[in-house]
Amino acid sequence: MDFLLAQILTGLASASSLFLVAAGLTIIFGVTRVVNFAHGSLCMLGAYIGWTVLSHTSRDPAAFVGGVVATFAIVGAIGALLEATLLRRIYHAPELLQLLATFGVMLMIQDMTLWIWGAGDLTLPRAPWLRGFIRLGEERFPVYDLVLIFLGPGVLGALWLLLHRTRFGTLIRAATENRDMVAALGIDQRRLFTAVFALGAGLAGMAGALLLPSGSANLHIDLAVVVDAFVVVVIGGMGSLPGAFIGSMMIGLLQVFGVLLLPKITLVLVFLVMAIVLAIRPNGLFGQPAAATAQAIARWDFVGPASSLLGWIGAAALIVATAAPLFTGAHVLGIMTEAAIAVLFASSLHLLMGPAGIASFGHAAWFGIGAYASALATRWLAAPLPFALLLAPIMAGVLAALFGVAVVRLSGVYLAMLTLAFAQIVWAVVFQWNTMTGGDNGLLGLWPPEALGLRGYYWLTLTLCTAASVLLRRMQRAPFGYALRAGRDSMPRAEAIGLPMVHLRLAAVTIAGAAAGLAGGLYGFAKGSVFPGYAGIDRSVDALLMVLLGGVQTISGPIVGALAYTMLYDGLLRLTTAWRFVLGAAILVLVVGFPRGIAGAARVWHGR
Amino acid sequence: MSLLRVESLQKSFGGIHAVAGVSFALAAGEIVALIGPNGAGKSTCFNLLNGQLRPDGGRILVNGSDVTDEPVRALCQLGVSRGFQVAATFTSMSVRENVQIALLSRAGEIWRFGVSVVERFKADAIALLDRVGMTALAERACGTLAYGDLKRLELAVALAGAPKLLLLDEPSAGMAVAERAAMMALIRRLADEHTIGVLFTEHNMDAVFSIADRILVMDHGALIAAGTPGEIRANRHVQAVYLGDDA
Repeated sequence: MDFLLAQILTGLASASSLFLVAAGLTIIFGVTRVVNFAHGSLCMLGAYIGWTVLSHTSRDPAAFVGGVVATFAIVGAIGALLEATLLRRIYHAPELLQLLATFGVMLMIQDMTLWIWGAGDLTLPRAPWLRGFIRLGEERFPVYDLVLIFLGPGVLGALWLLLHRTRFGTLIRAATENRDMVAALGIDQRRLFTAVFALGAGLAGMAGALLLPSGSANLHIDLAVVVDAFVVVVIGGMGSLPGAFIGSMMIGLLQVFGVLLLPKITLVLVFLVMAIVLAIRPNGLFGQPAAATAQAIARWDFVGPASSLLGWIGAAALIVATAAPLFTGAHVLGIMTEAAIAVLFASSLHLLMGPAGIASFGHAAWFGIGAYASALATRWLAAPLPFALLLAPIMAGVLAALFGVAVVRLSGVYLAMLTLAFAQIVWAVVFQWNTMTGGDNGLLGLWPPEALGLRGYYWLTLTLCTAASVLLRRMQRAPFGYALRAGRDSMPRAEAIGLPMVHLRLAAVTIAGAAAGLAGGLYGFAKGSVFPGYAGIDRSVDALLMVLLGGVQTISGPIVGALAYTMLYDGLLRLTTAWRFVLGAAILVLVVGFPRGIAGAARVWHGR
Repeated sequence: MSLLRVESLQKSFGGIHAVAGVSFALAAGEIVALIGPNGAGKSTCFNLLNGQLRPDGGRILVNGSDVTDEPVRALCQLGVSRGFQVAATFTSMSVRENVQIALLSRAGEIWRFGVSVVERFKADAIALLDRVGMTALAERACGTLAYGDLKRLELAVALAGAPKLLLLDEPSAGMAVAERAAMMALIRRLADEHTIGVLFTEHNMDAVFSIADRILVMDHGALIAAGTPGEIRANRHVQAVYLGDDA
């Protein structure tokens, strides 16, 4: 009984920290409509800044409180700076681009933190008052956790007073309800947005500093925190403060009891709960309906007839690629194999994002499933290469179809979040299922048969990837692709002319999943190994960047984007240790400067 | 047998009886206008008919078969097409492709993955655009059309479904006087040539009286009058609650 009570209290304490982060995220979303991927980074900065401040002050409680408040102010100021210099430029960009831009910010902050504070974990020497315990019968419970438990509701109360008893709060609520109306009333939106962002950032920073007494400042905080906070905010309903509080409580308790009862699947459990909540309430517990999916990706342009010039360029490139093994070495051939796979991976995502208008932030899920399907079949069933490669698209396609049934009616940011959640589930499963998948160490030694050789495998990959990509392209010019686009452009009209949009979208999810699965299967053999990272967020972002770099509006976009990205990656990023910073900066330049991508820009330029 | 038969249709929103027991029928080739002051329940009634809303009570029959609880797609298969109050078209496609996709849908060719759309039903699409006088605009991007043209394109898209019944929500909303007259004449001509039954709502009385065979008048969720334009004009009740505002 005491044990149970102690566990519940522990859960409530972690829920409080989570709430501080989630509250900031949800307030920022409510007012600015930006889903801030860098929110976890602000929490991480709070931990590091809090460490610097607190290691220079005395260890009494008053100094600790002062240090936390100072961290709130400093991170709040950093947030204000971030808003004024960058976010302000992307308020009118589609939601997906905003998500991607703030992901870029996250990458940059990570490298900058590394430069300033170094790679090691930073801990504070524990002050005596932080080491205290209270007795719960048999159990000892830390006083500090008790303080945290009261802090969460305290902050909720303070925010409630701020929102309901001050002019600033009234403006925040009004802007959350109707942004245009607030603008029409002559309120200076810029100052309001900056202030809201500073408030949210400060809360995240404070949460980071509060991690220190029982943990450390480290470089993993950003991603871990932001993914949890996303789950909380999506469960509660984006923009809703009470929703964030209830979501935090749910996740906090779930994590504690998950570890106790089902330690193997804790990571999965959290996302499962989110998926169930969204299946029952598509906008979260207290959320408003999200904006239409299609507009979350781009403001869709007219698609003109196919250019024959592009066809000739493509054919010429293919001839060069086929002949390449005759005059290049192993290194270049390796990169070209990766490029061919990247083209298929990007093309599969483009089918979803372009014609179907489905924002996916977790496309690596299917890539990872394909890779592991092939690898596991090779390792445990001693399957020959053709069979293992066949299994990749089949497994990915079947799972994509099951996933599609659950999500195909959702839209906008919620759908993007659920794709991200599913990818995290896949990642967690392969990460934790040690006996089968080798966990973090992956599965090694998965080379294609000796007889095939490097050249043979390259030609096989080139053939399969080209064929699959061409099929995906053809679909877009076929009735199927037009029907998908019809639903994206106007769902009511598409239904009125009798298009079975739910089935069409489901088919698109399945086909895209299967194609990405094939790409993953081929990739595993090209690298000779598979790792959980194949299903990770970084890889999902790779796919998104390829599509956006090439241009989501154009059918040739993913091909151009995949090739350009692979070249950039090899040419630029491997030369520097600061690849996160460079990649992050490149994302920002892309989103702010060239939202239509390379092919899109070429089309605009050509059309002049 | 009536093309459309509506029997004591009901819909409430939190205690407000938006549609309280509406019954009427519509024959093939007949044009019927549904009018009434703001808040009378026209739009609710209309959204019940086109499947956007589910009624609380009553029945809707199309050609004798009960479609009350059928989804939008089933209505389409039974020959019910609709126009939207704010024109809804596929903006990433050309005018011709908008019609082509509707033709492909009707022909059951949506699930084809390998053939190019470019040539499928091209001639039929052009023929339909000709019917609404838009052949010259066939290759234009749909997003660049003037509002009146978008409304005409909607008609062509609706015709592609070979409809027996056309539901039009304020077909001439937002149009100038000359444009409006042309639109209403076009609807009359299409209804006559293809024996299509048309039910439409409209705020503009000139548009209503110019083409309607019959007029249904709603107020406070109920039908208060039904009859030919002449009869409605002479109806004192209608004058009191509705036309009185105009006079």
